[in-house]
Amino acid sequence: MSNESKVDCGRRRLVVATAAVGGAGALVALVPFLSSMLPSERAKAAGAPVEVDIGSLEVGQMLTVEWRGKPVWIVNRSKTMLETLPALNDQMADPNSDKNMQPEYCKNETRSIKPEFLVAVGICTHLGCSPTAKFKHGPADGMGSDWLGGFLCPCHGSTFDFAGRVFKNKPAPDNLEVPPHMYLSDTRILIGEHKKGA
Amino acid sequence: MASNTSYEKYKSDGSLQGNLLEWFDARFPATSMWRGHLSEYYAPKNFNFWYFFGSLAMLVLVIQIVTGIFLVMHYKPDAALNASGIPIAFASVEYIMRDVPWGWLIRYMHSTGASAFFVVVYLHMFRGMLYGSYRQPRELIWVFGTLLFLCLMAEAFMGYLLPWGQMSFWGAQVIVNLFSAIPLVGEPLSIWIRGDFVVGDATLNRFFSFHVIAVPLVLLGLVAAHILALHEVGSNNPDGVEIKKRKDSQGIPLDGIPSTPTTR
Repeated sequence: MSNESKVDCGRRRLVVATAAVGGAGALVALVPFLSSMLPSERAKAAGAPVEVDIGSLEVGQMLTVEWRGKPVWIVNRSKTMLETLPALNDQMADPNSDKNMQPEYCKNETRSIKPEFLVAVGICTHLGCSPTAKFKHGPADGMGSDWLGGFLCPCHGSTFDFAGRVFKNKPAPDNLEVPPHMYLSDTRILIGEHKKGA
Repeated sequence: MASNTSYEKYKSDGSLQGNLLEWFDARFPATSMWRGHLSEYYAPKNFNFWYFFGSLAMLVLVIQIVTGIFLVMHYKPDAALNASGIPIAFASVEYIMRDVPWGWLIRYMHSTGASAFFVVVYLHMFRGMLYGSYRQPRELIWVFGTLLFLCLMAEAFMGYLLPWGQMSFWGAQVIVNLFSAIPLVGEPLSIWIRGDFVVGDATLNRFFSFHVIAVPLVLLGLVAAHILALHEVGSNNPDGVEIKKRKDSQGIPLDGIPSTPTTR
């Protein structure tokens, strides 16, 4: 068709209308296909909250449970461990947990509901490896002499303190994630769910 | 140019074979495709070895498709554990390596072929940059090529998950987590990509589906576009001679030879 031929406006309107209806139909048809790639009901059920008994977790010990296929750490932090936190503030990338890596009720100095118990997803916020516990001071755990204890990601060397806060100038951009959780009793934690206002 | 030249339809010499060809050619552009893209498609005379890698990439593609077809006959994309506590997918790869006759060779051809594909494609891209093959009028060939490279990376990445071993799993874990680094939509996006909160059976099955059918289809389409675009403008060469500009009285490029030396 040459440019000089007259435009048939009625026909053009029909073409536009057909294209619009067809396009809308194609978009709607995308919904079931794209939705089918979301987690299935079975996958969602497998991702249900996990109940953990922390009654036998000694001071200074760590427990790992699986929630949604991820390792969740529960650390019963000793007084000395907790005392390292304020001292490290100026070495932290996000000392006050301003980034949204924890529920609102854990946005505090210890990043926890109860000060002694840290609950955190043990997955490095850099590329998803699982950091290792380096709880001892300095060279005793193969770290530098100024190491006060925390976690080291073996993949690219990101380090975290006892509250899962990431050190400055490390590959990991964020503090470790604190999953939603709640205390069912003094010794039982439910990971993956929190009632409103809890 | 291939598309601008009209070729005469095949005329039978009266033999049965000739009659059949004439009937076929009247209903399908067989002669014109053969001549336009092979027997009368002219390539510059001054090609050097850097120009091997495009056709070598096609050879590797064919090897990947053929070996892939045979691997799918024995491979099972299933993360569930079998009676011995080994994931069925991993066990089926062990089975291919140990019990399927020549299975080890076919699998090694496929996995080494994947590496060879990248070696060949990098050399092909290097040639493009060395001699300016991306420049006017060949920009679109380069664009199709970049898309091909993206597809190839996706294809290789998803294939890497299929053996369902430690390297596969953590490779997928790290690359899928790259998407979760996108602000706001990252987390739901990575869950949508995995189909689960972790790299699991859903991820394995969809990567299998993408690896064996979706991405290869796109790849083949792009290869066709890449080659059609190339044949439209003709090949570049080390001296930058545009061979379609200087033709003899019969319209044959003076600086070219047919890419398939054969009878017309």
